[in-house]
Amino acid sequence: MQAIGKNVRRIDAVAKVRGQAKYVDDLTTKDVLVAKVFRSTIANGWVKRIDTSKAAALPGVEAVVTYEDVPKHTFPTAGHPYTKDPEHQDVADRNLLTRRVRFYGDEIAAVVAVDEFTAEQALKLIEVEYEEYEPILTAEDALKEGAVEIHQGTKNIIDHTGYELGDVAAAFAGADYIFEDEFKTSIVQHCQLENHISYAYVESDGRIVIITSTQIPHIVRRIAGQALGVPWGKIRVIKPCVGGGFGSRQDVVQEPLNAFLSLTVHGRPVKLEYSREECMIASRVRHAIDFKIKTGVKKDGTIVARELQAISLNGGYASHGHAVVSNAGAKFSHLYPYNASKFDATTVYTTAPVAGAMRGYGIPQVTFAVESHLDDIARSLGLDPIEFRLKNLVQQGYVDPLSGIRVDSCGIRECIARGKELIRWDEKKAQGKGNTAPAERGRPQLKKEQTGTVRRGLGMACFSYTSGTHPVGLEIAGARLVLNQDGSVQLQIGAAEIGQGSDTVFAQMTAETIGIPVEMVHVLSTQDTDLTPFDTGAYASRQTYISGMAVVKAAEEIKARVLNYASGMTGIPAGSMDIINAMLVHKHNGEQIISLADVALDSYYDRDSASPITADVSNNARINALSFGCTFAEVEVDLATCKVEVLKIYNVHDAGRIINPQLAEAQIHGGVSMGLGYALSEQLLFDPKTGKPLNNNLLDYKLPTVMDIPEISTSFVETYEPSGPYGCKSLGETPAISPAPAIRNAILDATGIKFNELPINPHSLFKKFKEAGLL
Amino acid sequence: MYNITKYYEAHSVREAIELLQANPKARLIAGGSDLLIKMHQGKIEAAELISIHNLPEISGISLEPDGTIIIGAGTTFSQIANHPVIKEHIPVLAEAVETIGGPQVRNVGTIGGNICNGSTSSDTAPTLFASNAGLRIQGASGTRVIEITDFYQGPGRVDLQHDEVLTAVLLSTDNYRGFAGHYIKYSMRKAMDIATLGCAVVCKITVQAVIEDFRLAFGVAAPTPVRCRKTETMVKGRTFSEELLLEVGKSAVAEVNPRTSWRASREFRLHLVEELSKRAFKQAFIRAGGKLQ
Amino acid sequence: MMTKKITMRVNGREVVVEVDIRESLLEVLRGRLNLKGVKKGCSVGECGACTVLINGEPIDSCIYLAVWTDGKEIRTIEGEETGGKLSKLQQAFVDEGAVQCGFCTPGFIMSARALLDSGKKLTRQDIIKGLSGNMCRCTGYQNIIRAVERAIEDKV
Repeated sequence: MQAIGKNVRRIDAVAKVRGQAKYVDDLTTKDVLVAKVFRSTIANGWVKRIDTSKAAALPGVEAVVTYEDVPKHTFPTAGHPYTKDPEHQDVADRNLLTRRVRFYGDEIAAVVAVDEFTAEQALKLIEVEYEEYEPILTAEDALKEGAVEIHQGTKNIIDHTGYELGDVAAAFAGADYIFEDEFKTSIVQHCQLENHISYAYVESDGRIVIITSTQIPHIVRRIAGQALGVPWGKIRVIKPCVGGGFGSRQDVVQEPLNAFLSLTVHGRPVKLEYSREECMIASRVRHAIDFKIKTGVKKDGTIVARELQAISLNGGYASHGHAVVSNAGAKFSHLYPYNASKFDATTVYTTAPVAGAMRGYGIPQVTFAVESHLDDIARSLGLDPIEFRLKNLVQQGYVDPLSGIRVDSCGIRECIARGKELIRWDEKKAQGKGNTAPAERGRPQLKKEQTGTVRRGLGMACFSYTSGTHPVGLEIAGARLVLNQDGSVQLQIGAAEIGQGSDTVFAQMTAETIGIPVEMVHVLSTQDTDLTPFDTGAYASRQTYISGMAVVKAAEEIKARVLNYASGMTGIPAGSMDIINAMLVHKHNGEQIISLADVALDSYYDRDSASPITADVSNNARINALSFGCTFAEVEVDLATCKVEVLKIYNVHDAGRIINPQLAEAQIHGGVSMGLGYALSEQLLFDPKTGKPLNNNLLDYKLPTVMDIPEISTSFVETYEPSGPYGCKSLGETPAISPAPAIRNAILDATGIKFNELPINPHSLFKKFKEAGLL
Repeated sequence: MYNITKYYEAHSVREAIELLQANPKARLIAGGSDLLIKMHQGKIEAAELISIHNLPEISGISLEPDGTIIIGAGTTFSQIANHPVIKEHIPVLAEAVETIGGPQVRNVGTIGGNICNGSTSSDTAPTLFASNAGLRIQGASGTRVIEITDFYQGPGRVDLQHDEVLTAVLLSTDNYRGFAGHYIKYSMRKAMDIATLGCAVVCKITVQAVIEDFRLAFGVAAPTPVRCRKTETMVKGRTFSEELLLEVGKSAVAEVNPRTSWRASREFRLHLVEELSKRAFKQAFIRAGGKLQ
Repeated sequence: MMTKKITMRVNGREVVVEVDIRESLLEVLRGRLNLKGVKKGCSVGECGACTVLINGEPIDSCIYLAVWTDGKEIRTIEGEETGGKLSKLQQAFVDEGAVQCGFCTPGFIMSARALLDSGKKLTRQDIIKGLSGNMCRCTGYQNIIRAVERAIEDKV
């Protein structure tokens, strides 16, 4: 392997360190107009009256539109592949602008002006009167009898589904112990550094061009078409560099409105950029989910039955809606599958910001509940939490009855062993740095109790995660390769580089497959629905695995064509040649025959046989693979100050074969730091009386700074996933999944206190320590 | 673009005062790290500004012959943190300003702005309260000096007339010489954050570990920064001990009045008052040369 | 509209601009001087994406009025390279994998530049503190710290 498994430098790094990488706002033209959205200052209600005349009269204002001016039909926004089956299409519950206000900051009107300042001033001149209802911020309020319907005819329920595997009632009846508990997660936001931004204009031929910072250019095209009611081919979407996504851009948040506003001003270019404050409430957030969990266990620690009920709080519009909690349910049984299990989930509308996709898609939430609950059970039974898990973990060869996904590579046990060793689990446990709580139900008193203000604890948690969305979603990816005259290739992919490094690993796969150095692969990083092949985009940790399949397929085709062409030139059978380091060689002895550059040049210019070599493939991957891993954490809790310091954190992964260790490690660093924020500090807050967001800015929303993040240690247990290109599996979202429960379990170990709600911040520590008499 | 309707640059304090007199709605801007954010947030609209940004007359730090340290109101937090006079004579102030924001904000934010915005969460106020800092205020009719403890009148309200300019912060020798101190900022993040509670202790001890002088001040423990005078009186003349620490914590709680907001509850802040006063005292005592038993 | 003609040195070159007194330095650098490497992330001086050096000190250009730069020396990411060649600091960011989405990168490099130019002997803790006004959501900061450490080792 000359390119796979190597620390190839990111192909976009040089442009980025020079400040030359072009993001949306770096590409707008001088004549661009600026749009701003007029947002509601109530969370729930109706616009009784709106007067935009003063705004329209302000010099420099080009247009003011309200809900009265937009198309009457609704459209969906979730970044899912389209489905022809109306039963499975995403909920279409949005108009471009709305009279019915469904969260604080909902979009009522918009202004287009010559510059940002004028647009902002115009917003202040819009007069509006509301009929206001109570905000609905909890599941109880959404579902109570007589609750105001946020969307008519829904009873505030987006969907309600469930499943049962095996005879759950009988299995519980046969259990020696039954444990029940409740867990809650909170609303957090992606906080990618680049805010949501797009700009749109209309070409002379009537085609609408949208340049946008998105994870899903091809889906934006389709949804913009749906929203505007125009044929999809009339829309062209261009994605330049993207300043982070994490799921917030796996949604069509602003592009249709932007295109509509450009149409309103006769096709002139219009930029729509959200401020940070807007971005944090009016793009997407992660679902807060309330869980009830019940587990039946035998005396020896075998889990025989599990039941999970979940209510997912979705905010004012459906977006990804029920798919998120449904994903949590579908995968809740993957890691510990050998028992009867039951799942029941409801997704409800609330008058909070719209929840959509965010790194892990329901799995960080359910993993917090499950992995915390497992530690509690182990503690109650006096079992070692690791042994307890090992007893129940999935084995290679397991086939998930719900999805048909088969576990063909499974390094979870090795991951646990590695994590244990790295953090020196046994040694520290023996030293008694851990748990101090009174023994429950026969727990062996191995360690001396900690009595001081500052206590240490160890915790761990496991995860599993899919690679892409099959069989729920279509997994189609496209790649196009062109062999240049000098033997280099251009790679065009529909998959979106959003910072995760996919372009670089695609270059590595291409180089490896063809047999050329990575520098000879030129990746077109801009996705343009007119130019780059169809791919559904960057989400579900699918790109290296799914889009990688298309890339490898295209590269294999190029290689085969090169060898065929060279065979015509040299008379040597294609099958007995290979390409090594851009040189065609004899397969049997490696002797050089002709350079790839010579073959390429010939393919362009030979008078008789010229036929430039290209490949254009699409791959419909009807397969999936599970990644595994775990987090081990050591914390120090200062009871008196209610602060948790994470001393050590190890995030260990079985992501199959690692294509680029440096990028993979960096991906983990980011995911773990997001997991640390999720565990300890991040939470969007709302005034319960008005539904107004309280901290939608980077001062008050506690995104960790460099001083808040401990050293993050990573490790890989490399397996080979037969279905993945070069043996790889998902890694994009997985690092963010298990830190929160691992830290929670470490805090439990240190203090004996169970924290069943996220985040575990000083406020909640204070409350719980007080209740427990520790303060 | 900021909604600035009028903009003047003052080249001297005198000119700033004249501009203030001529423009009854205008306000001063120095570093901008507070004011411009409030304008962005819409808390201040259509502002008329008189810029005293980088005004040499009010920036810099000097040590007067009588030992008084004069910190120009326009001195930035970074300048204070790195200044040899501060580091040598009142390092607790350097410690306090280092907790503000991040490097970028410390490079523009000024001590004068931090005081004049009247916020109880000011990270300089507790230390300045504990150090009995004087404020030199210049107006049309002359200059006056008042103690910082009298300057704060309520949340966002300070004893500063429209046509007055805070020009300097004064620290006299009897308020820093022989003292050691510690400032603890309790916040949810280790940088880029607002204090949930700020606690400053400065003290002076004898060789026998008797507390000769002791001052305790808080930010965010009341509508304005506060001193805990009763606690201070109680401590003075006593010998340092763990029991004394406990008494200080309890006594401080009785002297403050924090409120519940979405940022933190009153109960939590009271708990922090008790805990941080102990910790700050202990550290200040050690820095003053005290030895723990 | 009030304007003021100001003269500043930007990346070593003298620039004369007629700025609107309402403009932030960020707006002038991006909008008038076409220095698009300076990024806008929050507009309130929290994220540090717009960090530039003024007279060698990092500041958030979003909360700095452009009129204030009259007579000052400004340095942006565009001034970090020499003759098209990356500085060792930039190279260290590339080599250590400190770049992901890249939106925070210019701001981090400017903060790191100020640290390196301070002439102080820097501990890891000094570096961390020096970078604490810049936020990143992709990297967990790990490789950024490493990159700055490496640039120090390489004596830029």
